[in-house]
Amino acid sequence: MATDPKDNTTLQLLHFTLQMADNALINGHRLSEWCGHGPVLEQDIALSNIALDHIGQARSLYQYAASICNGINSENRQHLFASTSLNQKISKGEMIDEDDLAYLRDAWDFRNVLLVEQPNTDWAFTVARSFYFDSFNFLFLSVLQNSSDSTIAAIAEKSLKEVNYHLRWSSEWIIRLGDGTTESHQRIQDALNDRWCFTGELFQATDADVAMNAQGVGVDISMIKQQWLEQIQSVLNEATLSLPTGVWMQEGGKQTRHSEHLGYLLAEMQFMQRAYPHMQW
Amino acid sequence: MVNEQDIYQALAAVSDPEVPVLSILDLGIVRQVSINENEVVITITPTYSGCPAMDVIATNIRMVLLSKGIKSIRIENQLSPAWTTDWMSFEGKKKLADYGIAPPTRKAKQSLGLFEEDMVPCPKCGSHNTEMTSAFGATACKSLYRCKSCLEPFEHFKCH
Ligand SMILES: [Zn+2]
Repeated sequence: MATDPKDNTTLQLLHFTLQMADNALINGHRLSEWCGHGPVLEQDIALSNIALDHIGQARSLYQYAASICNGINSENRQHLFASTSLNQKISKGEMIDEDDLAYLRDAWDFRNVLLVEQPNTDWAFTVARSFYFDSFNFLFLSVLQNSSDSTIAAIAEKSLKEVNYHLRWSSEWIIRLGDGTTESHQRIQDALNDRWCFTGELFQATDADVAMNAQGVGVDISMIKQQWLEQIQSVLNEATLSLPTGVWMQEGGKQTRHSEHLGYLLAEMQFMQRAYPHMQW
Repeated sequence: MVNEQDIYQALAAVSDPEVPVLSILDLGIVRQVSINENEVVITITPTYSGCPAMDVIATNIRMVLLSKGIKSIRIENQLSPAWTTDWMSFEGKKKLADYGIAPPTRKAKQSLGLFEEDMVPCPKCGSHNTEMTSAFGATACKSLYRCKSCLEPFEHFKCH
């Protein structure tokens, strides 16, 4: 692996970009699983729209990540990933693109947080996951739009306008379910409690987070934790729900260690490109 | 030799595949046209990150310029500054209303509070007695409303 500090910065920028891209893609794919299964037509459409925003944001980020990979010298480029299909392409000296990053990496090369790969389970669990993630994403992108990296700043500025709608959607549902019937109240509280252990990782800085924050490219995520807590607390208050109290937090996704759920998700998402390379429709 | 005005005239014929009543100029997604010695560069910006119409729009720009005899075309995608409905032309807003879609009602810069909603007059009867039925519609750029006076549902091109 690269030893000179300039190369190391490039590697951290790549990992940082992939963390965000993978969050967007995996979250978008999970939400797209509701397409055709929504409880009412309007909500089916809402989730498909939100999923599409995430996948569009992922595309911009993967395009940037691919350009970073392609700019690394050919010897170091061989060691960026641990996925056979992608490495075969790289070792032939071919340039990679956004589709290669989405479809040819295995689970152990993904850097998304564990939260977004958790299954939809039911409507309450889907809302709880989105609420935690959207609240984080909104604060994160608000800072990131001032990144010293102009490509990342532009993607953040663009995405933030869309995430505004996502946060509104998930916050409204928290209130509707929490301040609804006895059953809806209980089920959203259970879902919030259950998914709570995946929120610690959102604020855990990886080497890439630390390096990019030091360069003015990234975000000091420890700084937004308090705002995140205040924001979710105020929505939970209105929803007559309680902030979960669990202290044990599950982590690993940002370091490429995932729950088994990601493997199943990728098997479905990547099947077509793996079975029929380059196919289009 | 082709000039900038010819190019803009040609681009006015390229419509948004999802809202065909609008041209890409009405939408405000054409950010720059530049004519170099050997190529024409069109800079466009996406409406929403996941808008599936963008690839179709880029192809249609190529087609219309090719039909004017321009062969060397480059289409650049620019994300910043992020597209806003504030760039939609006055003409575009009028076309939307005539088509039955309520146009954006305010400047996107004046953003709403988390739970505030836009008050949108009905494009069919003009009544202000309307309500939002869903913030998300058939495409990313629209939300769904219902008029409580004439009882018709309608789409609203949201302020973004
Ligand atoms: Zn009406």
